[in-house]
Amino acid sequence: MGKVYKYGENVDTDVIIPARHLNTSEPAELAKHCMEDIDAAFAEKVCSGDIIVAGRNFGCGSSREHAPIAIKAAGVRCVIAPTFARIFYRNAFNTGLPILECEEAVAGISAGDEVEVDFESGKIRDLTTGKDYQAQPFPPFIRKIIDCGGLVEYVRESL
Amino acid sequence: MGMTMTQKILAAHAGLKKVKAGQFIEADLDVVLGNDITTPVAIKEFDKMGAGKVFDRHKVVLVPDHFTPNKDIKAAEQCKALREFAYAQEISNYFEVGEMGIEHALLPEMGLVVAGDVIIGADSHTCTYGALGAFSTGIGSTDMAAGMARGKAWFKIPSAIKFELVGKPGKWVSGKDVILHIIGMIGVDGALYRSMEFMGPGLKNLSMDDRFAMANMAIEAGAKNGIFMVDEKTKEYMKDHKTKNKEMGKRSKVYLPDKDAEYDAVYTIDLSQIRPTVSFPHLPENTKTIDQVGDVKIDQVVIGSCTNGRMEDMKITAKILKGKKVAKGVRLIIIPGTQNVYLECVRNGYAETFIKAGAVFSTPTCGPCLGGHMGILAAGERAVATTNRNFVGRMGHVDSEVYLASPAVAAASAIAGRIAGPEEI
Repeated sequence: MGKVYKYGENVDTDVIIPARHLNTSEPAELAKHCMEDIDAAFAEKVCSGDIIVAGRNFGCGSSREHAPIAIKAAGVRCVIAPTFARIFYRNAFNTGLPILECEEAVAGISAGDEVEVDFESGKIRDLTTGKDYQAQPFPPFIRKIIDCGGLVEYVRESL
Repeated sequence: MGMTMTQKILAAHAGLKKVKAGQFIEADLDVVLGNDITTPVAIKEFDKMGAGKVFDRHKVVLVPDHFTPNKDIKAAEQCKALREFAYAQEISNYFEVGEMGIEHALLPEMGLVVAGDVIIGADSHTCTYGALGAFSTGIGSTDMAAGMARGKAWFKIPSAIKFELVGKPGKWVSGKDVILHIIGMIGVDGALYRSMEFMGPGLKNLSMDDRFAMANMAIEAGAKNGIFMVDEKTKEYMKDHKTKNKEMGKRSKVYLPDKDAEYDAVYTIDLSQIRPTVSFPHLPENTKTIDQVGDVKIDQVVIGSCTNGRMEDMKITAKILKGKKVAKGVRLIIIPGTQNVYLECVRNGYAETFIKAGAVFSTPTCGPCLGGHMGILAAGERAVATTNRNFVGRMGHVDSEVYLASPAVAAASAIAGRIAGPEEI
């Protein structure tokens, strides 16, 4: 269960982790600046297990893996959006940041709601409103990478 | 149903006769690219994978171009990590400061990427090489690590949007204006997960530098890749830019789309109708033609980047700046894409034109484009830039603004002190 932070469409990687902080790749350091240019107080407010809900094309822009790393290291349990920019989508799986695609959930969930997610089934429950949502299932190939424990493990096994 | 150019290249690299949109494949990689921001993360992941050696020391290309020449101690440490990895792995395509350029200007110039290649790069603008008829796409550091370890990457076969180009662009209209126009039309996620495939009779009226600028910004429409049909200009470019690194075994191959290839959408773009175009803050899709911009005062102009740091960009900039002065209160920063472009500017007098006009003329770096160094904006400041992104805080302070434009518009704006078209100067 986590509290929802809600943002609009096209949240880009420059606001998720501004490039001025890319002279490091330390997760804890990146977490301090997570969402800095869209919500300056985010890193201080966010608690472990909280959830980001945002509009379409989340994570557009740069290929910096520092973006999902910063979000994950900030304690965010998952990101829910109708669509994700494709490089962010790959990076999220590869770095173990759970993401769910669900347009209805984004439309129905408000900032501050308490939300519960189940990644196995893709079920999203808004405890504040009592509404349930079902996220898009992951394609089998992606499921295989998730089941391996991420791309690093997948590659380890295949070498 | 037939296949698109992208689908054919991916099928061939997966050892398959036929693929269709939505199918997952693993493809052999011709080039795996990384820079000083993304490679340090990739090295850590590479070590965790237990791979030991890279799959092919001639097919991994490492270019420290973002925060170089090292902007601070942390950046220096990242470059050091990259350099040590390159030496330890005996990477033949590692380019140190002094020989490096902005990666997406450098690789085509050096002939390291050719038609028919499959290229991944831990930099979102890796899609630039689609101008050569290659499949080329940006990925993150972990994918780069996996690519270095195995020489393979997984892809979902994309569906495509076809852009049928017709007509001839007007005097001051470049590839940058064409791609800004297209992004304004379809939006920043208008091509999400898809390939953008450019062809048609208008293609012959676009130079290779125009095409590089266009393919470069496919990502700004959310695309997986942008790709141009190979023609005589492409072949001539590849002939003039052959790698000296024989170990790479480079061989180009032309893939044409099937006549019955399937497209999600087809747009006809009449190049003769496109006007110089400017993207207003804070999304590349917020486009206006030069006639609609109004009076926008500016503090800084940046001409360069992986989008517009090539020879033609320098040429048109010099043409507009010749004998003119940058407006009082405006900082003009010109950054050539590669050492060769830099040298050429020195040789043919462009450097003198720039300096006499009152511009800063720097060694190649991505620097200001991503708010790294060499031209950061303060709160409330506005820049016209030939770069590719104008997101909130992209070039500096969260309250600064970036307007994207062609080198011609950028140079004219530097003289006018406000956003201006080259026709005015």
